[in-house]
Amino acid sequence: MEIRKRVHAQNLVQWAKNKPEVLVLSADLTSSCEADSFRDTYPGRFFSMGIAEQNMLGFAGGLAREGFVPFVHTFAVFIYRRALDQIAMSVAYPNLPVKMIGFLPGVTTPGGATHQAIEDTAVMRALPNMTVLEVGDATEVENVLQIAYDIPGPVYVRMLRGEVPRLFHTPMELGKARKLTEGDDLVIVSSGLCAEECLRAVKVLETNGIQAAIYHISTLKPFQYPEIIDHIAHSRYGVISLENHTVVGGLGTCLAEAMAEAGVGKKLIRLGIQDQFLHGASRGYLMREYGMDVTALLSAVERAVGKPLLIREEDVGQVFLPAALSDAKPEAL
Amino acid sequence: MSEFDRLWAGEVDRIAKNVRLRVFQHTVEQRGGYLSQACSSGQILGALYHGLMNLPALDKPLLPDSWTGVPGPGHPARTGIKFNSNGQPGYDRFVLSPAQYALVLYAVLIETGRMDERGMKDYNRDGSSVEMIGAEHSPGMEVTTGSLGQGISQASGAAMGLRLKGETGRVFVFLSDGECQSGEFWEALQAASFHRQDNLILVVDRNGCQCDGVMDPVMNIEPFDDRFRAFGCACVRIPGHDPLALAAALDTPHEGKPLVVVCDTDPCYQMEFLRERHPKFHYIRFTQPGQWEDYRDRCAAMAKEAGQ
Repeated sequence: MEIRKRVHAQNLVQWAKNKPEVLVLSADLTSSCEADSFRDTYPGRFFSMGIAEQNMLGFAGGLAREGFVPFVHTFAVFIYRRALDQIAMSVAYPNLPVKMIGFLPGVTTPGGATHQAIEDTAVMRALPNMTVLEVGDATEVENVLQIAYDIPGPVYVRMLRGEVPRLFHTPMELGKARKLTEGDDLVIVSSGLCAEECLRAVKVLETNGIQAAIYHISTLKPFQYPEIIDHIAHSRYGVISLENHTVVGGLGTCLAEAMAEAGVGKKLIRLGIQDQFLHGASRGYLMREYGMDVTALLSAVERAVGKPLLIREEDVGQVFLPAALSDAKPEAL
Repeated sequence: MSEFDRLWAGEVDRIAKNVRLRVFQHTVEQRGGYLSQACSSGQILGALYHGLMNLPALDKPLLPDSWTGVPGPGHPARTGIKFNSNGQPGYDRFVLSPAQYALVLYAVLIETGRMDERGMKDYNRDGSSVEMIGAEHSPGMEVTTGSLGQGISQASGAAMGLRLKGETGRVFVFLSDGECQSGEFWEALQAASFHRQDNLILVVDRNGCQCDGVMDPVMNIEPFDDRFRAFGCACVRIPGHDPLALAAALDTPHEGKPLVVVCDTDPCYQMEFLRERHPKFHYIRFTQPGQWEDYRDRCAAMAKEAGQ
């Protein structure tokens, strides 16, 4: 597996080169959000706003009204938890092109509950006019800027930083799911870094003769995937969702709503954070402990198909786990 | 005082008096309203619209657009700005931060020839853009405010946008003192000062009132002008019913700093009968027997005196 370092840092500088209207706003987490290279390359387009997110979001709204496209960079939690009213009234209501780049979704930080964005999709997708995107690999980290830019309204992105694997070799497209495997027994839908866990399960599923279709979702709102809902309707065992987010209001909920509206009465197993906070620990530990890893997924498959699986250790692929303190992360948290 | 100054200040006083009467009439008709705001801010808003802000002249007063729905994809629904600069380069922007003053602003627009008074037939009517607490579709309102404390952040972002584009227009923000209790307000001031935003002008109606009543027992904000200076702004404190003092304050040199004008005002200015409502002036409602009739008669007398 190809591992890329500081993908966003390099990509942002290159992508924004001939876009003078693209500005970056940061709330004291500039290198932590890989905006330092942008700051150093285009100092006139970078604004340090201090640890003051409410003002930063309103300020971004004002810039957008004058024709600029602000890319707000900070940790995801500090965007939607600290400045929700500002996002709602100064950005979302007027449908302004403010792009909120939220770092450290869910388990991707050992920083504990204060730093872990676990309900951001639920909160942000409830806002009218808002688009919600989530990246799952280096390719999507690179592609998401242009996709967000092309949307004529506010966009919230669950972003990845540091060492990021490249899983996909075709571009991310707005509103389009990636179909990773074919099969009609079971449908598995994941988003963000959970795609890796799904890929680890492929061999085991094959060994056990389970034909599963695995989909990867990077557009969480709008959530319009009639082909997936149709696939679930025609599947033998229903669907499992796997997300780096609470199961209340995230990917699993989106599926539940879409299935119910389409009248699809199949079983849905929602994997993800089960309505609780996380705490400070490594990504591998948290995914295991809170039931978001391949083991949890295979256990859910057993429940879905109603029989135990033969799981050989060598069949479970290796996941890439970046070191908690690698040189690709200038800050520890 | 020059003859021009005397005539100009007299005209602002006339505007402010008519604004108070208009707001009073609506308060009586609607059996409630934001009347004390008209008392405290009539001269401030009148002076800003009568020459202190650089706004393009209009061929004729505009009628409010009909309501077309909230903003969404392909539908900006931002129609309030056309009563001001309409976004033309070189002119000033205006942000009404406490949207609760919307009725006062509508009255000022009428009295300064920017809005057709027939537009007021839609005031507070379902399905109209002339809302009681307006938003960016409402006459004179350029952004959506009213969640207090958010006006200054949006204004300073717009001011930075104007600076980046090399435009000479300033951004005027009209604020009420109560919203200056919010954290976002001081965040915004800190950033505007840090970024040397001297094209940002704040005019604060220090009427000492908020929803819970007079401000002092709710939350103290004094020493108000010293706080602004401590945050790196240029600040002038003036008697808020003196248009010439406001004009002079806006001439204060403030290179590299936002300019703040604190206007000490009276929520019962020229309406002494409101004072018995102390300490609650935020929204005038009629709860006592005979109170509405009393206000109706006072309003009629005031209209008669104004020659209506």
